Amino acid sequence: MPTVIVDGKDIEIGAHERLNCIEVARRAGVEIPHYCWHPGLSVVASCRMCLIETGTRDAATGKITMMPKLVPGCQTPAKDGTVIVTNTALVKDSRARVEEALLIDHPIDCSICDKAGECLLQDYHFEHGQAERRTDLHPFHSRRRDVGPTVTLFVDRCIMCTRCVRFTREVSGTSELMVINRGSKEEISVFPGFPLDNKLSGNVVDLCPVGALGDKDFLYQQRVWFLKRESNVCGGCSAGCSIVTEHNQDTVYRLKPRENPHVNKWWMCDDGRYGWHHLHDPARLLSAGRLVSSNDDRETVEWSDVTTRLRQELSGAGRLAVAVSPMLTLEEAWMLCATARSIDQQAALFVGHVPVSGSDESFPGGFTIRAEKCPNRRGVEAVVALFESEERGWSDLVAAVSAGEFDAAWITAGYPHAWIDDTTAAPFGQLRCLVVQDLFDSPLAKLATWRLPAAGFAERAGTWVNAAHRAQVFAAAVRAPAGVWPEGRLYWNMLGRRGLYDPAAVRRQIAESSAALAALGGEIPAVGVDLRIDQLASS
Amino acid sequence: MTTFQPVLLEAVGVAGSHTLASYRSRGGYAPLERMLKEKQPTDVIELVKASGLRGRGGAGFPTGLKWTFLPKDHPGPIYLCINADESEPGTFNNRILMEDDPHQVIEGIILSAYATRATTAYLYLRYEYPQSWDRLQGAIDEAYAAGLLGKNIQGSGFSLDLYLHRGAAAYICGEETGLIESLEGKRAWPRIKPPFPAIEGLFRKPTVVNNIETMACVAQIARRGVDWFRSIGVPSDPNNPRDPGSYGPKLYCLSGHVERPGCYEAPLGITARQLIDGQGGGVWKGRKAKAVIPGGISMGLLTEAELDTPLDFAGPGKVGCLGLGTAAVVVIDETVSIVDFLHNSCRFFAHESCGQCTPCREGTAWSLRMLERIRAGKGRLKDLELLAEIGNTMGMMPGSTICGLADGAAWPIKNAIKKFRGEFEDYIKRTNPSGWMVTDPVPALPIVAAH
Repeated sequence: MPTVIVDGKDIEIGAHERLNCIEVARRAGVEIPHYCWHPGLSVVASCRMCLIETGTRDAATGKITMMPKLVPGCQTPAKDGTVIVTNTALVKDSRARVEEALLIDHPIDCSICDKAGECLLQDYHFEHGQAERRTDLHPFHSRRRDVGPTVTLFVDRCIMCTRCVRFTREVSGTSELMVINRGSKEEISVFPGFPLDNKLSGNVVDLCPVGALGDKDFLYQQRVWFLKRESNVCGGCSAGCSIVTEHNQDTVYRLKPRENPHVNKWWMCDDGRYGWHHLHDPARLLSAGRLVSSNDDRETVEWSDVTTRLRQELSGAGRLAVAVSPMLTLEEAWMLCATARSIDQQAALFVGHVPVSGSDESFPGGFTIRAEKCPNRRGVEAVVALFESEERGWSDLVAAVSAGEFDAAWITAGYPHAWIDDTTAAPFGQLRCLVVQDLFDSPLAKLATWRLPAAGFAERAGTWVNAAHRAQVFAAAVRAPAGVWPEGRLYWNMLGRRGLYDPAAVRRQIAESSAALAALGGEIPAVGVDLRIDQLASS
Repeated sequence: MTTFQPVLLEAVGVAGSHTLASYRSRGGYAPLERMLKEKQPTDVIELVKASGLRGRGGAGFPTGLKWTFLPKDHPGPIYLCINADESEPGTFNNRILMEDDPHQVIEGIILSAYATRATTAYLYLRYEYPQSWDRLQGAIDEAYAAGLLGKNIQGSGFSLDLYLHRGAAAYICGEETGLIESLEGKRAWPRIKPPFPAIEGLFRKPTVVNNIETMACVAQIARRGVDWFRSIGVPSDPNNPRDPGSYGPKLYCLSGHVERPGCYEAPLGITARQLIDGQGGGVWKGRKAKAVIPGGISMGLLTEAELDTPLDFAGPGKVGCLGLGTAAVVVIDETVSIVDFLHNSCRFFAHESCGQCTPCREGTAWSLRMLERIRAGKGRLKDLELLAEIGNTMGMMPGSTICGLADGAAWPIKNAIKKFRGEFEDYIKRTNPSGWMVTDPVPALPIVAAH
């Protein structure tokens, strides 16, 4: 195995791994500060923050020969015998010089900067900079320039790492951002009339190591040190991007991509990024309502009563059809099927409405936005297949209801956007009992005997299986609004289980009952598991 | 020295020297035709290697050796780029060659392309040289018409297309990878190396970048032979096995405060004093020299006492300068304030820094601001320490930048502060009697000089 020596410590790397010095040092627990380098972008080695001393160790004699000058860690490949030294006076001094240079023209307006608290310039200054200012004192200046509908640029905070420019060239392939002027007068800008307006533009804000690029959606909304972070999965489409939901006091403030080499790498799309606002929409359904008269009057029913009354009414209604929404987690879907079958052993289970919009959009950087705007169709299909021999979908259900094959239906939805029109909903009016579980009122919910609120994506816990059959497990980031029981909690209680809804217990039960989902039985890493791979096969 | 006959500048002053007929009458293109018939490309490389020719663009890298870095048996294309983005202050030797004897350059280009197996050559011309553009384009047209460029040159089976490309007046385009980026239509930000251009250069293909004067030297080596070339100049230092020597004639651009400024051809190794007093007719108005730039502003400064330094590739380095550079000798007489000189130098580099690497982008601007303040009578002795520190930490040599521009910016600062510190201190104390000793940060002045 190739061995790299980091500050005197031997680190073994894989025989075919192509790593730079920053990545190898990180494995040794040594952080080499850097601004311009990002694993998802090309190497420019221009910030010069990652300068280190390197050398080679002769394999035969063990003699170490050092290079006379500093080299950038990002650009230097780590090979067998590479010696990396990051703690010499020369390296420390060089870092202090770069920090000093970057602060010459910086407005140092941390107190009014959104990035404060998660700013690399700030962090590195405390760690590697010097306390004393030696350059001349400038009057305060901070210019702001709009570069697109969602992103704003604080021109003077920029340190010219060009990550954002490279992102628009290499990943989104749209090339809106560029560098104008020269030398210390350089600025990031866009060509007049061509704003930064693409479906991945929000990523440049994540990439910005300082407070130069600001997200207008998040700007001045919350100090970052008040935010709590919960690993989550985006429910916007079937790509299932790994994300972090950042929230405070049950209010979501922003979503950020979470690195996952199998799914979204370091990125997420703007549809997903800004797709959390419906969670706090005042129009959300916030209580369980039972129709009391024909003119849409509803009484609010306590949840403890819902579990019993729902079971009673559905068991007395006759033939039951259930739509299992692809917005539900695997566990919720399984419990819903189990509940329905416990009410009516003949209950027909259908995969719920699968919203599709346009066609898949791919970007040069290998990122794809899926046309299928739901996160868990694969998972729900797998669960329904455990109960039904034949897979039937939403259109089959609508046809069957129109044909009068059922007397009762339980429709789960939970879609953030309007999804059904009056014509499609109309046949459901003739049912004796209609249960609709959704985020918002809809033509269908208006006809419902029971109108139950659904949980939003960050309020659910469980497993989603994305378009590439990768199952990712997540916990709820925020609590559902008062009056809302997430589906998992309702089904858990309707099944008569004790204690709190425990997705892990349900998941184990599913894994035991299904070979296709057996991989879910074990420990699931943060990046998820691919269900198509036989986890038990000897490698 | 008086017996030395100019070779590269042979045609200067001859009426119609830029035409094909004139060049032919002087024996031009005959060596090319002979080489194409009799020699293999590798023979030409060996010839140039044996001559000891070092690149005339500034870095002095052995030309033949550079050519051998190209991958063997590459399917092509291989590109040859000719660097005529002559932007180093004080330098104009390429212009003389392009305007007065363009065919000599083109013959060298064809020979070099033959040696490197390049079938396309780009000549990157400085924006400010319209006359050179006209003369070169005229010469290229003549060469195409005469079958010296294009398909199957002189029936040899070797083909070469030569294109003129005019830059947009940026100093950084003279850096070889900056030039390549600019040719590709991008912002001229020098590339990180490796890979070097010989492996992956223009359009990601193997590329050689050579200077105009180097091309003229190749033509002359082909015509007059290796022995002639090696009979001129300074042999390699026997005590330093890594010194490849400084052979051949060199064009010195003499300017500044001399009686007869101009471009003079002399053997490598002529001293600054010989050049100024001989060809240059001495410092003007009977004054003495205070300092002399040995080879373009980025090489630093020679003091009057150091004028006997030989101007070969190794000489200026021995007295603390960066090197020979482009051999643009600029004389600064005793009446000039060295503070003004350094201010001018810093202004140039702050303006021309491409802005990619932090130390250069911010360091050049910072040094300019300090010089502005010193000249405005608000200097501090502390500024000299800071300037010296910037000079020592910025550049490719300490490893803090991608290209050599920062070294070029650092050397004048470093040399001026070291060699003329007394003058700086006197100036600061005289102009800022109440504040020269302050060490705390002081308010910045608005920059009026830059841009």
